[in-house]
Formats: sequence, structure tokens, C-alpha cells
Amino acid sequence: MAAHAGGLSTTAAAVVVRDLVRSYGTGAGVLDGLDLEIAAGEFVAILGRSGSGKSTLLRALAGLDHDVRGSGRVEVPRNVSVVFQDSRLLPWARVLDNVVLGHEAPPARAREAGRAALAEVGLAGRERAWPNELSGGEQQRVSLARSLARSPELLLADEPFGALDALTRLRMHDLLRDLLRRHHPSVLMVTHDVDEAIVLADRVVVLDAGRIALERRTPARDGSRPTADPGPHRTLRAELLEALGPDTDPARKDTL
Amino acid sequence: MGCAVTAVVQAGRVTAPGRATAHQAVDVRPRVRRLGLRKPVPLAAGSGVVLLLAVWTAGSATGLIDPRVLSAPWTVVTTGVDLAVDGRLVENLAVSLGRAAQGLAWGVLAGVTLALLSGLSRLGEALLDGPIQVKRAVPNLALLPLLILWFGIGEEMKVVTIALGVFIPIYIHTHNGLRSIDKRYVELAETLRLDRRRFVTRVVLPGALPGFLLGLRFAVTGSLLALVVVEQVNGTAGIGYMMELARTYGQTEVIVVGLVVYGVLGYTADQAVRLLQRRALTWRRTLED
Ligand SMILES: Nc1ncnc2c1ncn2[C@@H]1O[C@H](COP(=O)(O)OP(=O)(O)OP(=O)(O)O)[C@@H](O)[C@H]1O
Ligand SMILES: [Mg+2]
Repeated sequence: MAAHAGGLSTTAAAVVVRDLVRSYGTGAGVLDGLDLEIAAGEFVAILGRSGSGKSTLLRALAGLDHDVRGSGRVEVPRNVSVVFQDSRLLPWARVLDNVVLGHEAPPARAREAGRAALAEVGLAGRERAWPNELSGGEQQRVSLARSLARSPELLLADEPFGALDALTRLRMHDLLRDLLRRHHPSVLMVTHDVDEAIVLADRVVVLDAGRIALERRTPARDGSRPTADPGPHRTLRAELLEALGPDTDPARKDTL
Repeated sequence: MGCAVTAVVQAGRVTAPGRATAHQAVDVRPRVRRLGLRKPVPLAAGSGVVLLLAVWTAGSATGLIDPRVLSAPWTVVTTGVDLAVDGRLVENLAVSLGRAAQGLAWGVLAGVTLALLSGLSRLGEALLDGPIQVKRAVPNLALLPLLILWFGIGEEMKVVTIALGVFIPIYIHTHNGLRSIDKRYVELAETLRLDRRRFVTRVVLPGALPGFLLGLRFAVTGSLLALVVVEQVNGTAGIGYMMELARTYGQTEVIVVGLVVYGVLGYTADQAVRLLQRRALTWRRTLED
């Protein structure tokens, strides 16, 4: 549904960001007049150098930047859910209690939704475990379940798989794609991994100097998988890497 | 020569009973210096107390400890039994426990409430934290004359004094506990749109629980401490009163019984709180475990 050719879609924008400015302390703006629109059900991935303001943008959308100076317009749906890089489960609450924390439905219904969400991420039967007893990947799946249990209209994710190993990461990609097909929220995901961005997103944007420096639609994913035809994938990859700059810090070279 | 022979014998010992070693599973591990604690030894918790009792008993039995200075353990036991049989001990104990419990309850309530008010709002902090720190700097004993003037010498004054001693550690540790809750959990609560009530019950209180329980340990022993002080002030019942009475009659053994009762009370209460701590904090993985 979000596969309009090129440019910004004008129909049913779920997220509208206009002229967003954010700066910490007295320094220059981290975000400097940024514009962004995300259509309903669209998956947008943000790339950008370390310190380019990706997390700042995400936090602005999540409304978590109470004390950060700035201006601009941010419109998001009512029901927003955030997946953090760390799974951010309350260590003193059992898995199911974590999943239903803050759920709007009455307790019985919320727990039912929570159980269903845990089953969806393959963790049925672990409802009564403590977060400490789960592996990193399992914890991140719980945090996905927590987000999905409240059927968000917008899912914000800041390097959600950044701490996971390559294999677990691939499994999580499959899981996420599967979940999104069923729940279809709009998604804005920060990642350092160009391939991850291309494989998962409908559109990839590159953040630089406080604005969006480049945005590209990814090869159509409905029907033909991008991996089946590596051609356009490779071109896009090269273009994105170019936009990220040749002086990309060496610490990240290996993930690119 | 001799050395060579032993070496051969030892080598033979190692190789000959090959079957014995075959039964044992191989357990070769890298050597890493252990910095955490070893597994707890069962029943070891009481060994320090038992040792103390043994020294006391030995000292009294050999006559090293003058019974006028400190009664022998068996005298204390028989006196304790006598006091228990004629009902005085139980009666006084009930009164003392009732006081300590009341003071503790009010103190905990006040401490937690104040910690929440001053921990969760800047206004509360500005208004409450200063006065509480001032109160903390004033010893309870120094307040006693004033409290007697305000509340008289009855039960009220005693409970208030205990509560005043209790609420300080509860406040300090609960406040510290909830202020050191990870900011990330606060952000989580914000993104989950928790209302203030749920934020307090699901995030703040459980997060501050370790701090609160530590405060409770101080508070429980503190309440007994305060109990000792207030019971010597014009009491008409209670363990302290019983001891005060014994002092005027020169009954060392009754005084020691009183001391033992205080000690047992304090120790039991502390153990109870530690048990509570372990139960309530099963989710934690710390040096303790
Ligand atoms: N709380 C803060 N106080 C002051 N400066 C901050 C704060 N948070 C971020 N910054 C600065 O703002 C800039 C953008 O930070 P941000 O976290 O948005 O980057 P990022 O793109 O998410 O980087 P990374 O890829 O490393 O996560 C950085 O230069 C950072 O130093
Ligand atoms: Mg970041």
C-alpha cells in the first residue's frame, strides 16, 4: 500500500515532521530544519553517521525529549510504541507483566493479548520467567511482544537488533517482517546496517547535518524478494554507502 | 637413589589403578581467581552467636566472670523461666512488642510517604528534604524532653519517639533507592503512557524496594533502640520497666534477662527482614546469591 513510486506520498501520512530543530546545550542544532513524512503502514529506515542525530529524531517523535531545546512541528498517531536498543524490561516484573505493562485494556483482556503476543514471538510458556533468565535475543523478542500487544499505529525502533549476533539478527528480521504483515503499523527504525535497512524498509533515509540528505525507495518487496534479484539491491547499497560518506569511522566499517 | 625409587613408585601409583580414575568424570577447568562469595554454608549463620554463648558459659563456669557483674547463662535461663512462668515476662514483652510495632508501623508509613513526596516532585523535595535532614542531625534522645512536654509521659510519647527514630532510615534509603532508579525505566514508563499511579506502583516502588528493605533493617533495630530509651522513662510496663525495677533491687540476672530478650528480639527481627529481602528480591542477581 505504501509502494508509491518515488517522492513523498501525500495520502494518509501517519507521521508529519516539519522544520524540526533540536539542539543540546548551546551547541549548534543537532537537527536543523528536518522534514519527514511517513505514510500509514510504511516502513522507513534511518541511516546516518554516529552522532548525526538519529536517536535525537526518534526521541523527538517518541516525545521523550522534554528538556531539549528546539522548535518545529511533530505529528504522530495517538498509539505509539518504542523498541529500544536494550530490551528495557523491568527486571522486577515477570515476562508477562512486562508485556502487559501499561496496556489499556482491562487486566484479563490485556493478559490475553500479552499471551498471544508472546506466542507470536515464539515465547509461549515463558510468561512467568524473570527477564534476567532470558537470553539477549529472547529479551528483545519480549520487548517486541510488548510493543505489538498494544497494536501501535507507529512503531519507533532505535537500533533494536544492534546488540544481537548476526544469526539472531536474521531470525529477528524474519520475525519482524512476519509481525508487521499482520499488524501493519508505520515503522521508523534507526539502524547502522545498510543491508538491514534495505531488506526491511520500504524507504531508506540518510540523515546528515541535521537534515535528510538522501532518501530512496527500496526495490519492490511484494512478490519478488530483493535477495532474489541482487542487482538493484547492490546499486542502492552503493549509493547509500556513498551518502554515508567515505570518512565513515572505521569502527563501523565491518557492519557496513 | 632413594628419590628415584619413590618417583618410580609414585609413577606406578598414578598409572596402575587406571580403572579408579576412569570412573571419575574429568573436571579440568581454567583457574580463575574467585572474587564473588562461595556458596553459603548451611547453618553457618548462627555460628557467631553460638561462639559468643560458649565464651560466656566458659567464663562463668571457670569463675572468670563474677556473677555480680554478669550473671551466668544458666542463672539467666532459670530466671527467664521463672519470669515466664509467673507471667511477668510475657506481659512485659507483649507491651514492649506492641509499642515497637506501633512505632515501626507509623514510622514506616511516614518514611515511605515522605520519600515518595520528596523523591517524585521537585516541590516536595524543596519543602521536605531540608527539614528531614535537620531532624536527622538531631539525636532522638535530645528530642525526648520536648516530646515529653508535648505528649506527656504516656504511651503516645513512646510511640511517637519510636516512630521518629524509624522514619529517618526508611526515608533516607527509600528516597535514595527511588532516586537511583535507572532513567531508562522512567523513559519506558513514559512511552508506555503509564499514569502516575501505575508509574509509582509498577516502577518506582519495586525499583526502590531494595533501598526500602535496607532502610527497614535499620528501622527495625532502631525501633528497639528507641524502645529501650522510652521504656526507662516512667514506665509502668514493658521490658525496660522490668529492667529498671530490677536495677533498684539489684537483680543483675533480671537485667540480663531483659538484655537477652532485647537481643533476641533485635536479631529475630533482623533475620525476618533479611528473609523478606530474599523473598521480595528474587529477581536480582547479585553478589549475595
Ligand atoms: N543528552 C545529550 N546531551 C548533550 N548532547 C547530546 C545528548 N544526546 C546526544 N547529544 C549529542 O547530539 C548529537 C546527536 O546524538 P544522537 O544520539 O542523536 O546521535 P545518533 O545519530 O543516534 O548516533 P549513534 O549512531 O552513535 O547512536 C551527538 O553529537 C551527541 O553528542
Ligand atoms: Mg543513537
